[in-house]
Amino acid sequence: MGIRERLSGNEAIAYAMKQIDPDVMGAFPITPSTEIPQYFSSYVDNGEVNTEFIAVESEHSALSTCIGAQAAGARAVSATSSCGLIYMAEMLYVAASNRLPITLAVSCRALSGPININNDHSDAMSVRDCGWLMLFAETNQEAYDNYLQAMRIGEAVGLPIMICQDGFITSHAIENIELVEDDKVKAFVGEYTPQHTLLKNPMAVGPYATPVYYIESKRQQAQAMIDAKRVVRAVADEFARMTGRQYDLLESYRMEDAERAIVIMGSSAGTAKQAVDELRELGEKVGLIKIRCFRPFPAEELAQALRNTLAFGVMDKADSFNAHCGPIYAETAAALYAQGVGAPKGISYIYGLGGRDVRVESIKRVFSDLEEISRTGETGETYRYLDVRE
Amino acid sequence: MSWQASEMTPEVTWREITPGCAIFEGGTSVAVETGDWRTKKPVLDWDKCRQCLLCAPVCPDMSIPVKDGKRGEFQYFFCKGCGICAEACPFHAITMVRDEK
Repeated sequence: MGIRERLSGNEAIAYAMKQIDPDVMGAFPITPSTEIPQYFSSYVDNGEVNTEFIAVESEHSALSTCIGAQAAGARAVSATSSCGLIYMAEMLYVAASNRLPITLAVSCRALSGPININNDHSDAMSVRDCGWLMLFAETNQEAYDNYLQAMRIGEAVGLPIMICQDGFITSHAIENIELVEDDKVKAFVGEYTPQHTLLKNPMAVGPYATPVYYIESKRQQAQAMIDAKRVVRAVADEFARMTGRQYDLLESYRMEDAERAIVIMGSSAGTAKQAVDELRELGEKVGLIKIRCFRPFPAEELAQALRNTLAFGVMDKADSFNAHCGPIYAETAAALYAQGVGAPKGISYIYGLGGRDVRVESIKRVFSDLEEISRTGETGETYRYLDVRE
Repeated sequence: MSWQASEMTPEVTWREITPGCAIFEGGTSVAVETGDWRTKKPVLDWDKCRQCLLCAPVCPDMSIPVKDGKRGEFQYFFCKGCGICAEACPFHAITMVRDEK
């Protein structure tokens, strides 16, 4: 049986880091992830961990620190948000293409402008193609649990991993949480024993590749992401045997016989589940699919989950500004098309930008739209902003 | 898997290439042909060469080997055909000629 606690999402991440005791942390503060290195630095100061805590002058350097450390054979971690994450963008690609399984905690926040410190997924979505594994949490418990699984996944496939949660909504809100005992965490995460490191034998990391080699290197990197789907599930199953908490690539909520569904990611899934429950009480056949693992994208699983619906809405807490849909919608539609699923009508909803509150009523309005679409067969505008003042 | 640099030829497949193209040994530039894209190559007239050795240090690669105080034949495996050696030679012993494949 685990340890009952009350922690904010940031505290939960810092506590997981303490239990894992990584070798190096590259740290630079930014709202709302600042508390993670802040809490962790007190563990360092108290001698509760053996981590080399390296405070640097920017996020670019924080991740560069991690890259150097991980290439040297260390387990390296960092945390960031918003413009800090996109300031890391250059090095995010370097970390992934050099196959360095760094772990980065992201407390998701809007990007400027207008300047805004509140939650949406603009930051994470803007770096979605950097080659990192990405898990998203609905609750503080999930943020903690995902973090404990992160290194096992990243190190197995040789890719870095982002553990994302919603800034302030889970990062600062205190919830009941069940922690795993220290010795169990240590045994579960294990030691990091890379085959090649800078400190073992002569080695060059990140060399130049001419056109004769570059695309073969990228194809190999793509395979690591493909292989990661199996690993994410295997690690989740092992985690479930330890804790009783089962995770998967996505979570289907009341999808049995559902005619209308929403696809959603992050903390708002909790609100949306309440909406689903209330509508189910009224006999409406509605359900929800929560994406936990965004990279690799669970394309086949999502298409299978949606194939028998009449209409679905994909909730994006970020806009692609492509004049037709949000990023998760685009990938969902591509997944359906690739699987030959063409019957369900799909709507792209942009919602919750810059911390706009998402209420049960908001989600019910989506289901109401979907009801009309499935009844009439008319989709109307497929690119919609939810709860924006007209 | 040995992942020797000598195995990373233009025929290497995506399954066999080293992750991130990392290199696991030193001095691998010796194995890499850098002279495969020149359009002109230097040719030495041995009768004009006085072995002054002004050519060897200006070569940006390692195309002019020097042994026991004397230069040897051009190492075309590395020569990119830049022509700096021909410019540096005070005796006009090096001529740049069109390289045919």
